Amino acid sequence: MRGVALKMLTGDRAKYLGLIFGIAFATMLMSQQVSIFIGLMARTASQILDVREADLWVMDPRVQYVEEVEPMTSTQLWRVRGVEGVAWATPFFKALTVARSVDGVLQQVFMLGVDDASLAGMCPAMLKGSAADLKRPDAVVIDRAGHLFIWPGEAVKPGKSFELNDRRALVVGVCEAAAPFTTFPVVFAKYSDALRYVGSRRKPLSYILVRAEAGADVGALARRIEAETGLKALTWRQFMWATIDYYLERTGIPVNFGITVALGFIVGAAVAGQTFYIFVLENLRQFGALKAMGVGNRTILGMVLLQALVVAGMGYGLGIGFSAAFFEVTGRAAVSLRGFSLPWEVMVGTAGAVLLIIVLASLASVRRVLVLDPAIVFRG
Amino acid sequence: MNAMWLPVTDTRLVVPDLGAPDFTASRGARRERTVAAPSETVADGGPAVLCHGIVKDFESGGGTLRVLHGIDLSLPAGEMALLVGPSGCGKTTLISIIAGILTPTEGEVIVQGENLTRLPGAKKTAFRRRAIGFIFQQYNLLPALTAAENAAVPLLAAKVPQAKAVRAARDVLERLGMADHVEKLPRQLSGGQQQRVAIARALVHEPSLIVCDEPTAALDAESGRTVIEMLKGVAVGGGRAVIVVTHDNRIFPFGDRIVAMEDGRIGTAPAH
Repeated sequence: MRGVALKMLTGDRAKYLGLIFGIAFATMLMSQQVSIFIGLMARTASQILDVREADLWVMDPRVQYVEEVEPMTSTQLWRVRGVEGVAWATPFFKALTVARSVDGVLQQVFMLGVDDASLAGMCPAMLKGSAADLKRPDAVVIDRAGHLFIWPGEAVKPGKSFELNDRRALVVGVCEAAAPFTTFPVVFAKYSDALRYVGSRRKPLSYILVRAEAGADVGALARRIEAETGLKALTWRQFMWATIDYYLERTGIPVNFGITVALGFIVGAAVAGQTFYIFVLENLRQFGALKAMGVGNRTILGMVLLQALVVAGMGYGLGIGFSAAFFEVTGRAAVSLRGFSLPWEVMVGTAGAVLLIIVLASLASVRRVLVLDPAIVFRG
Repeated sequence: MNAMWLPVTDTRLVVPDLGAPDFTASRGARRERTVAAPSETVADGGPAVLCHGIVKDFESGGGTLRVLHGIDLSLPAGEMALLVGPSGCGKTTLISIIAGILTPTEGEVIVQGENLTRLPGAKKTAFRRRAIGFIFQQYNLLPALTAAENAAVPLLAAKVPQAKAVRAARDVLERLGMADHVEKLPRQLSGGQQQRVAIARALVHEPSLIVCDEPTAALDAESGRTVIEMLKGVAVGGGRAVIVVTHDNRIFPFGDRIVAMEDGRIGTAPAH
């Protein structure tokens, strides 16, 4: 009877397409909004994610998230380097400053200063030029998106220059940095140059990047650094989550996205669920005829569930395809939307939600079919 | 006045062969008497359907409504019996019980030697699938299936492979003059053609009993006559019994016997 069930499902083309598009709409809305939410949250921690070399980030104990820099004195770096188990520790500078291009365009930028000698903390993916070129005078590396923001429509390549705090900065390389939350350009410079670009200050050190000795327990090292220096030491993962948690707790972002995702689920459940429920109800008489002719409840149940699963599968496939295409197209079309993607965890979660929608709709309609009196077929 | 298609030849009021019904039994109390196994077999012209003391109550508005009042009935194999009577007299309830769709409140139904009232639900469903063919007033064809696929449904329900089932259905449809319409959807067929598909569906698994509910009610005179002639010519025979519930006095001449019902009881034969 599987063939009969499928023909019943596809026989009314309009309802069949309505069911599929209902599920597809819910799938797209849920997967897209959850993915954008995850992408935004990841953006808040982008500069942490871009630092691959360090096991620990050491900072002032009052720091709650990566943007909230509480500067430290340079002597803290030496104290950290003195802790047992530290293979190396390097300074990391982070500040917001204003860049002015030759034609006078002002643009706020993230200034990141990396260790002069090792370049630890440098952007991990160079597109044009070399990271080593940072050691040249007045050299900076800018991220691709930043280059497009400051010089829109121009070829992305080294050679441009701009001013930072009235000092010349020469672009010697272009890299692909993780998109920051605010989408400002990200400019990398040597630590010493970065301090000159933003002006000298009594406490210049934003963070200390620490690599543990081989085989050392990173957690124990963090506790030792905290005990011996009074600073806060977090693994990159802990710092990332602390940053994300800060945005979750202090902003309305999760509430807004939560509402949209819930709406996607509710609208999906309402549209697809109700359409499927009505579809089954409209076929009640046919199911009644089948029951009268000796088709058992188990077979009928199988038919309805098969119809539900086919609709869910087709709708989900279409919706998740739309969602993936959205990220693919928008990521290419607008540099400000780069970095958003459809994680596999979201695909799995959305599949679960769609399954839940269709199971709920099936349960409601199956119940009507199972309790259906086959004698209905004898009533005019 | 409805036109008569054929002269009456052998229309008789059914006489229950189980002895007089026990009208002394108290209302609602279960009858003590049970039906013995049929003394005659289907093969030797014995009863295809045997009803004894059928009572059916429905719960209605906080009370109990008795629709059938101790029906005793015997229908032989190889005949077409017409179940007639005014609306609400209990015809549909009675054929629903005979077909194993409804369970009587009291009494027993034996179809082709199988006591339906003693069969558990799943076995009764399997019995319906195997032994009973249905023809409905509104055809109840599945709109998305072709004529051949619709006619094959009882075989598909019995897990016969699709190709084999559809082939068998095509054969039956061809016998019913539907060879040119086997690939058509119900909406592409006239009412009479749809009812012929329904007849094919009722015949395809070669049941021993065919139950028809107002098979000509939705048809014009010509189509109705074609359908009833086919029922008479193709369905009846081979030890098969056909029960037709009808209001349509045009088809009375086709019945081998007429069972008249009134107020939930077997009544007198209608004049026609």
